[in-house]
Amino acid sequence: MNVPDDLLYTESHEWIKREGGKVRVGITDHAQSELTDVVYVELPKMDRQANAKEAIAVVESVKAASDIYAPVKGTVVEVNKALEADPGLINREPFGQGWIFVLKIDNADDLKNLKDAAAYKQQIG
Amino acid sequence: MRASEIFPLLLGPGEDEGEEWKSSQRFESFSRGLRHMLPSLVWRVTEAAQKKTPLYDEHVRRGAKMVPFAGWLMPVQYTSIVEEHQAVRKNVGMFDISHMGQLIVDGSDSRSWLNTMLTNNIDKLEVGQGQYTFLLNERGGIIDDLIAYRISDKKFLLVVNASRTDEDFEWLDGHRANNVRLGDRSAHFGGVAIQGPRVTELFVNLPARNHIVDLELDGMPISMARTGYTGEDGVEVFFRKSDAIKFWNLVLEKGKDLGIKPCGLGARDTLRLEMCYPLNGSDLSPERNPVEAGLGFFVDFTKPNFIGRDVLLKTKENGSREKLVPFKMNDKGPPPRPHYSVFENGERIGEVTSGTLSPSLNWGVGMAYITAPHAKIGARIDIEIRGQKFPATIEKKPLYKKS
Repeated sequence: MNVPDDLLYTESHEWIKREGGKVRVGITDHAQSELTDVVYVELPKMDRQANAKEAIAVVESVKAASDIYAPVKGTVVEVNKALEADPGLINREPFGQGWIFVLKIDNADDLKNLKDAAAYKQQIG
Repeated sequence: MRASEIFPLLLGPGEDEGEEWKSSQRFESFSRGLRHMLPSLVWRVTEAAQKKTPLYDEHVRRGAKMVPFAGWLMPVQYTSIVEEHQAVRKNVGMFDISHMGQLIVDGSDSRSWLNTMLTNNIDKLEVGQGQYTFLLNERGGIIDDLIAYRISDKKFLLVVNASRTDEDFEWLDGHRANNVRLGDRSAHFGGVAIQGPRVTELFVNLPARNHIVDLELDGMPISMARTGYTGEDGVEVFFRKSDAIKFWNLVLEKGKDLGIKPCGLGARDTLRLEMCYPLNGSDLSPERNPVEAGLGFFVDFTKPNFIGRDVLLKTKENGSREKLVPFKMNDKGPPPRPHYSVFENGERIGEVTSGTLSPSLNWGVGMAYITAPHAKIGARIDIEIRGQKFPATIEKKPLYKKS
């Protein structure tokens, strides 16, 4: 299972890529392989403010709907519209074109609460 | 693959009469006692306490994702629900159905007695024929839906839902007449469903639709029925537990050139829902009767007596309060799911019992119980998904038709 070293992770299987004062968020390769066949993505609303661990998006597979959480406190400044037409991007490129949203973060220190690749690898065994 | 020999007697593979009855009944009384004493422990099971089918090791070896289902550890998918679904619609796919219960009813009064226990008419079955039917409680509610096969003059095989096997056995045993024997052979047998249009290229001498025959295949005695739960042509095959892995791998090997895929419960669910076949526990329950479920076709009211008949007849005459209807979302959007509320003009009229994205249609579909006056084909309804209403239309069965 692919777990890139340069990303941060949550227990709920989001990946986080730091881009200055913002973070790009998606779901991990492990998560997409567990879900499989993503058929619908409900994106968060632009400019929405969210607390850490607040559900702000939904990824639906054939079988089930799964909440996607804001990894840290922040404001939604970008959403991946491409997923509306092609939700399968999450399966094909979970760490690339399958990103879900970008948050402008309130406090960079919050990122310290996230897992590094080694810790996430350990979590998923 | 060539079914080499056909046995006309239909006794079921390797069934050893006397021994079988005794051992299965002993096992039953033990499990029944345990269940009554420890109901919460029986349901709150850990993975280790889940039962494994004789194909479990093979599923794991082939990389299937295993999930608990009805007390069993079952493959939900091998590679992808959508791929497995398409394999069945276009080529052929194979499912492990070893978790399903196999009950045997025998004895001089078996036929007349069973006809008082089940809704459909056993008398219409010739030897080797099966029918879809219901086991009802006194209120007409559905204990189980099942297929009853007449495997000899006075002997019947009931293939029942995994989650209801013990309950069905207890119910039948509790109502058992003299001169009727009841056995549970589930623990000694396995089964697979091989489904898809190319099944006819895999086997020759397929039984007629809804018929079951005993065959020998590569030294393995099997029973093969032309039945299924997918809407495609196909067979359900029952065999001795010890033959399960050999049979499974033989079929996968022979079906390689036909594009056969091992399939999980995920695809089984999307396939059956496209056909509007009900799933017990979701669309059917002891609180629902076959008339409400739109399955009155499988109830023979001309029979003078069967459990649940009086209540059911009243429902039929007076109409039911709610009806199970298939529906299709009007727009592309989130798929409907069980327990979502159904509205019409802002009034809540029911609840979704099954819902998914149909892989064949690439569209959201489902079934819902809604109040009878609203249950009209073509009527527009709304499905509430995460607080937002999405329009849908009540459809005719099935939701998917082969073009």
